[in-house]
Amino acid sequence: MDNMGLGIIFEGNNLLRLLGGLWITIKISFISVFVSIFLGIILGMIMTVNSRIIRVITKIYLEFMRITPQLVLLFVIYFGATKVFGIDIDGQTSAFIVFILWGTAEMGDLVRGAILSIPKHQFESGTALALKKHQVYLYIIIPQTIRRLIPQAINLTTRMIKTTSLIVMIGVVEVLKVGQQIIEANRYTAPDAALWIYGVIFFLYFIVCYPISKAATILEKKWASN
Amino acid sequence: MDNNILLKIDEITKFFGEHKVLNKASLTVEKGEIVVVLGPSGCGKSTLLRCINGLEDIQGGSISLDGNVITQKDTRWTEIRQKIGMVFQSYDLFPHMTVLQNILLAPLRVQHRKKQDIKEDALKLLERVGLLDKKASYPSELSGGQRQRVAIVRALIMNPEIMLFDEVTAALDPEMVHEVLDVMLDLAKAGMTMVIVTHEMQFAKAIADKIVFMDNGEIVEISKPDIFFNNPQTERSQRFLNKFNYTEKR
Ligand SMILES: Nc1ncnc2c1ncn2[C@@H]1O[C@H](COP(=O)(O)OP(=O)(O)O)[C@@H](O)[C@H]1O
Ligand SMILES: [Mg+2]
Repeated sequence: MDNMGLGIIFEGNNLLRLLGGLWITIKISFISVFVSIFLGIILGMIMTVNSRIIRVITKIYLEFMRITPQLVLLFVIYFGATKVFGIDIDGQTSAFIVFILWGTAEMGDLVRGAILSIPKHQFESGTALALKKHQVYLYIIIPQTIRRLIPQAINLTTRMIKTTSLIVMIGVVEVLKVGQQIIEANRYTAPDAALWIYGVIFFLYFIVCYPISKAATILEKKWASN
Repeated sequence: MDNNILLKIDEITKFFGEHKVLNKASLTVEKGEIVVVLGPSGCGKSTLLRCINGLEDIQGGSISLDGNVITQKDTRWTEIRQKIGMVFQSYDLFPHMTVLQNILLAPLRVQHRKKQDIKEDALKLLERVGLLDKKASYPSELSGGQRQRVAIVRALIMNPEIMLFDEVTAALDPEMVHEVLDVMLDLAKAGMTMVIVTHEMQFAKAIADKIVFMDNGEIVEISKPDIFFNNPQTERSQRFLNKFNYTEKR
């Protein structure tokens, strides 16, 4: 009786199913993060351009993505697109679309901040040393931008991994959903399964996110001094 | 006589928007000459220096280096800037590079010189400013005075024809001012042509061949240092010096 809940995890292929769910979570977050970093770098550079119109448009985009809960965005894309445009988008695709739109906005803002945080005289001393503009960027600005960026980008990554748990709501079977299914199936034989299953899911999130945030802290410390 | 002139600034005018920051400023600098620019804060000293190496564009007049006009649309600044070394007030070393990497960047990437040769040069120059043991340090590990000495070396390694110094000791703690000024005095002895903006009056008196006094975007007086400090030729320079003596005594 005591160990029933715990036993459920090792029963049949439950653990394997949980890991399969985790794989879906990881796949969606990592692909979204990767694409967001790429698009965010471009967006961030665009955001530093000296044009009012561009600034206003990118600002509206960023604020919209920040203010709207990700769950609402998921519903809008998953259910809304089907209703309004008659396109049938599956859950995973909706998840990619929402996380990339959101991640690009956040990443763009990080890149913008990092570029603007490089003091003006760094550009000027490079220029005064006769470096060409692209050399100033290549040797002076971009390396410093990346140092400032990586810890923040990693934090964004862990945030995105955690937020993927929302895609349960649009029917994607990821780690949380698998857990719920297992709990459902054993409702009568092991009423305390929920605690154990969610405990394991907590642990799975932890082993994915902890090394990533740890890496962020280490890099931050290492680069803080220079 | 005329071919002794290295830098000729001819009636340059500079606007920031509506604001006229330089008004028909003219100045010639001969080879080996040391020119010190004085004047109240905001009068346009930095802007004058920044126009010389093209960090600012000008709206009137012209600047020539070695007899060639360098304020044209098609000026090849990469070439010109190698001849003009500049050191700023802010500590502007590149924080992600060591001292040696800071110094070697431009000669490697701009002048495409052999790494072995320039490394030797760099070490010699570092020794000359007393910082050989800091070659592998990062800027954050250096004091302000040490950083400014490295910045001077970083400009010198390009073998410039002229050095521009913009208040390089203004942000330093008082006890570090001397170690930087000493390097500049040493350069003066070696015959380097220099244009120096400073608020260190004793230093200006000691190092200058000629003093340029600016006020409100205009060059008001150009005199030998003993004349400027003992017998200033305009009322505005006199007022400036009076104020300075007052603040210095306090
Ligand atoms: N980038 C800029 N944009 C607008 N005004 C500027 C800029 N740089 C300097 N100025 C103005 O030009 C004037 C001269 O500045 P500056 O050359 O820095 O003076 P100084 O070096 O003698 O203190 C000041 O009034 C300053 O406010
Ligand atoms: Mg200034």
